[in-house]
Amino acid sequence: MRGAALILALAMLVASPTLAQDSLPPAPYAYQQLDDPEQEAQATALMHTLRCLKCQSQSIADSDAPMAGDMRHQVRTRIAAGESPEQIRAWMVERYGDYVSYEPKLGANTWPLFALPLLMLALVAFVLRGRLGRAKGEGETGSKPQ
Amino acid sequence: MKRLRIFLWVLVGVAALAFGLFAYQLRQPKDEFVASAMVGKPIPPFQLRPAVEGQPGLSSADLADGKPRLVNIFASWCLPCRAEAPHLETLREQGAEIVGIAIRDRPEDVAAFLAVYGNPFTRIGADDISEVQLSLGSSGVPETFVVDGKGVIVHQHIGDIRAEHVPNILAKLREAGA
Repeated sequence: MRGAALILALAMLVASPTLAQDSLPPAPYAYQQLDDPEQEAQATALMHTLRCLKCQSQSIADSDAPMAGDMRHQVRTRIAAGESPEQIRAWMVERYGDYVSYEPKLGANTWPLFALPLLMLALVAFVLRGRLGRAKGEGETGSKPQ
Repeated sequence: MKRLRIFLWVLVGVAALAFGLFAYQLRQPKDEFVASAMVGKPIPPFQLRPAVEGQPGLSSADLADGKPRLVNIFASWCLPCRAEAPHLETLREQGAEIVGIAIRDRPEDVAAFLAVYGNPFTRIGADDISEVQLSLGSSGVPETFVVDGKGVIVHQHIGDIRAEHVPNILAKLREAGA
């Protein structure tokens, strides 16, 4: 028994973890900030609004997935090379569609996002006007409400 | 009073409609795939060093020499890539030329992977920081692109290729002029 337990313990020591991640180090600028604080601030702001493709409810700034690191590297090196954040976002959208951006642009597919709040506001204004107008009208004629 | 009552019923109707929509959407299978928006566009220029010794690397120029090809994005650390290997072999036997892009991989790991699961590739480029993968609009491994002889992406297959996908991929390759 004791021998078996020892063998098991030894086997657990030498067992390699399941092969599910790559063995390469992260891309140079996956975790390293840019030297220029202003550029780094721009890059960080952009990274918070780009979606991680492997872990779709996180931004690439929040994710430790290797691919998110590679995307951060792209963002930082492109910012350092003088591209504007919106140029980089456009580059990503050109490859992955609107999906990759957390900041939707007004377009053929996205207009309801922008139209619905306006519609709601209009509805509220309409209902309020009806109510307030009626209350005022009733006050003037002196009739009791309901 | 009557107008108010109608208005309230309309509200109930709208709420019922909204909940119906939620219930419907919740029952739909979640589509986790992010399709590339690069289908129909030319492959962006790139040049990758060889991923293994003894086999050439891959550049965008290799994909625009007049012959349609499959570009398989894989990695030695990717489990579905192992399941896919026999079907890539079938595609090769049926006349498809396949080039590989190995994502975040070491040469010795790629060599070991090919030794075990077979090597259907004529060229393999090493993409150490997923740069080419990102430029193709690919969001994972494995993925396979059908590229025509001019270097234009005509089709994207997301996930591992299974036996039932082989005919469709061959058809796309023929449409591209193979």
